[in-house]
Amino acid sequence: MLEIKNLSKTYGTGATATHAVGNVSFSIEEGEFVCVVGPSGCGKTTLLKCIAGLLRPSAGEVLLRGGRVTGPPEQMALVFQEYSRSLMPWMSVRNNVLLPLRHKKLSRAERRSLVEDALRAVGLVGFMDRYPWQLSGGMQQRVAIARALAYQPQILLMDEPFASVDAQTRGDLEDLVLQVRDEFGITILFVTHDIDESVYLSDRVVALTHAPTEVKEVIPVALPKPRDQIATKELAEFARLRAHVYRLIKREQDIEDVERPVPVSGTSV
Amino acid sequence: MSPRVYRTLKIGAEITVPFLMLLAWWLYTVQRDDPKFPRPTTIVAEVRNRFFFAEFDLHVVPSLERIGLGFAIAVGLGVAIGIPLGLSRIGRSAAMPHIEYWRAIPPPALLPISIILLHSIGNTQKVSFIAFFCIFPVLLNTIDGVRAIEPTLIDTARSFRIPAHERIRRIVFPAALPQIFAGMRTSLALAVIMMVLSEYFASTSGVGYVLLISKNTFQFLPMWAAIVLIGVLGYLLNALFLLVERHVLAWHRGWRAATPR
Amino acid sequence: MVSIAVPVLSVVAALGLWELISQTGVISQRDLPAMSTTVQALWEMVQTGTFWKALGETVRGWAIGLGLAAALAVPIGVALGSSDFAASAFRVPIEFLRPIPSAALIPLLFLTLGTTLKSEIFLATFGAFWPLLVQTMYGVRDIDPVAVDTARSFQLTRNERLFRVTVPSALPYIMTGVRISSTVALILAFTAELFMGTPGLGQRLNYVETFGLNDQIYALALATGFLGVAIHFAVSAVERRVLRWHPSQRKTSTT
Repeated sequence: MLEIKNLSKTYGTGATATHAVGNVSFSIEEGEFVCVVGPSGCGKTTLLKCIAGLLRPSAGEVLLRGGRVTGPPEQMALVFQEYSRSLMPWMSVRNNVLLPLRHKKLSRAERRSLVEDALRAVGLVGFMDRYPWQLSGGMQQRVAIARALAYQPQILLMDEPFASVDAQTRGDLEDLVLQVRDEFGITILFVTHDIDESVYLSDRVVALTHAPTEVKEVIPVALPKPRDQIATKELAEFARLRAHVYRLIKREQDIEDVERPVPVSGTSV
Repeated sequence: MSPRVYRTLKIGAEITVPFLMLLAWWLYTVQRDDPKFPRPTTIVAEVRNRFFFAEFDLHVVPSLERIGLGFAIAVGLGVAIGIPLGLSRIGRSAAMPHIEYWRAIPPPALLPISIILLHSIGNTQKVSFIAFFCIFPVLLNTIDGVRAIEPTLIDTARSFRIPAHERIRRIVFPAALPQIFAGMRTSLALAVIMMVLSEYFASTSGVGYVLLISKNTFQFLPMWAAIVLIGVLGYLLNALFLLVERHVLAWHRGWRAATPR
Repeated sequence: MVSIAVPVLSVVAALGLWELISQTGVISQRDLPAMSTTVQALWEMVQTGTFWKALGETVRGWAIGLGLAAALAVPIGVALGSSDFAASAFRVPIEFLRPIPSAALIPLLFLTLGTTLKSEIFLATFGAFWPLLVQTMYGVRDIDPVAVDTARSFQLTRNERLFRVTVPSALPYIMTGVRISSTVALILAFTAELFMGTPGLGQRLNYVETFGLNDQIYALALATGFLGVAIHFAVSAVERRVLRWHPSQRKTSTT
């Protein structure tokens, strides 16, 4: 369904050029849940933005059902990490979820029902008239997910969506995403740096190298469904997969840390 | 000192200090006994008698009309020009030399020109003069506000394929609104000043005109009354504006309070 | 190279448009002298001594007005900003005196102090005082309490804390206040000259306006604009220099 072919992205030119994405190729089948994991700073977000059509790749292409992605495709919806910066603070929860539907050719009743169904799926029907900043972090991210769902995409892209949420809420949200996938039958591309999460959620894990990033290995995850936070994580297979991915990433992280020391905080870029 | 005592003393000071200052002013005018410095009580009486309501229509209304119209035009144009400029680097680059020049020129320098070009000293000339200079605070703040919009908000809008005109209407404009309001507040204060200047320079009505006439006829009481009225007008307009701002930007206060930056 | 071409072209285009509008009579040449005529008049004007004398007088009014305002507003602002009690006590008077447009005081000054430099300076100082006072107070109140506690824990005396922590921390706000006050002081100095006849560019404008010398009216307006730009640049440069060592806490404001 989604094919990424030799994607690369370089910022700037000449000596100061930043090679964020080197050469990434992989594909996603319909209905799959694919997690992309990589060391911090390897260019995961850049890669995702290229796939989403928000950035133009320097080379390579993204094909969605055979068609080239040149801008944000209609069948795709995005959930960002920073929910507080992606939800509009002047709009209620209801209007936030409604926003992407306004320019679609739908009747008012259709829109309303889509919004309500989406909010029901994430368990926030009672909060429709609140403002996002009145809700907790986990709830805000659920609003963002509802917004993506109401848009009725065929593929959902999620950029480290639970990184800014506390650990316990994270577990709930992970299960929510799995539930939503089953209920709506959408394909999901999930970027994360949390290795446990990547194994828990996915059908396949794409492990990336350090920047300029490439695909190091694609690991199939044959764990039984439905997944359970306790039962699944007790399985030996889970531990084996987890350890495997962990070793891959750790090796890349060590290289990343040596080659690109973390800058001292100061002026923002 | 316990917090309670401190707070009581503070409130006490908030009341007594202004009162003492008024008293001092009153005592000064009584002691000086100079028609040039009438007593505050006399001034207030004059304000009431003259402007409310004997010459209300003649002076207060035209002045308020000019401020209102000039301000409204300035805000409309400032936002309409500011949003595209905020979004376009080339637009900004082209417009900046002009903006930098016109915001730096002391407005009174253009008073004679405004009269020459518009062939009159009527409302059109006044409103044009006021509107022209009041555009700049709104314009500059709109540009700043648009430029400072969280990029993730725009990415979100783009990812959902929200068309450009909807993006501007439903996202860019509300996101920049807090900053636009800051500019509007400055602009409003400026409108009062521009009104006074344009009426004082040449006019046949308005509070500024009263200033002019009383100067020409050496009448101090109407002059002081006009000064006090202008001050009160400015204060009230600002208070009214803040009330509106509080209502419109309620979401912004809540959001800032809830979001760590 | 592209980056400077656009603004330059923009100015050239605007000047060309001016010339076109006037020469073709869209607006009559009497009402809007052509750009070339105005520039010619300006060129002649800058060759005269009276122009530069007037310019100097306006600059003088601005400088003294701004200087006095700063000398008063900064210490008072620091004092009021540091004391929560004092700030509350004087809040109401400040809120009422602040919005009084200095322009409204022109007739009063005309009839009491007359058309002297004193009037001009009083006006400029009164107007420039308030923005600087308010900005200084904001700046002092906005100080990072951690910085203050650090200073206290190092046993710095009250004065040392004031000069080494409070004032430097408040400096960005103070400099913004100076920039605003500078604009106000220039406007008021010029206004005093235009309306009261104190010597300066404003008085020259009044003079040529009385005699209907449109070319010179436009030329003087143009020149005054350049003066405003020059002063704005100078003050901004000083601001940048003063704040060079200061980590930019505040977003650059274009107002």
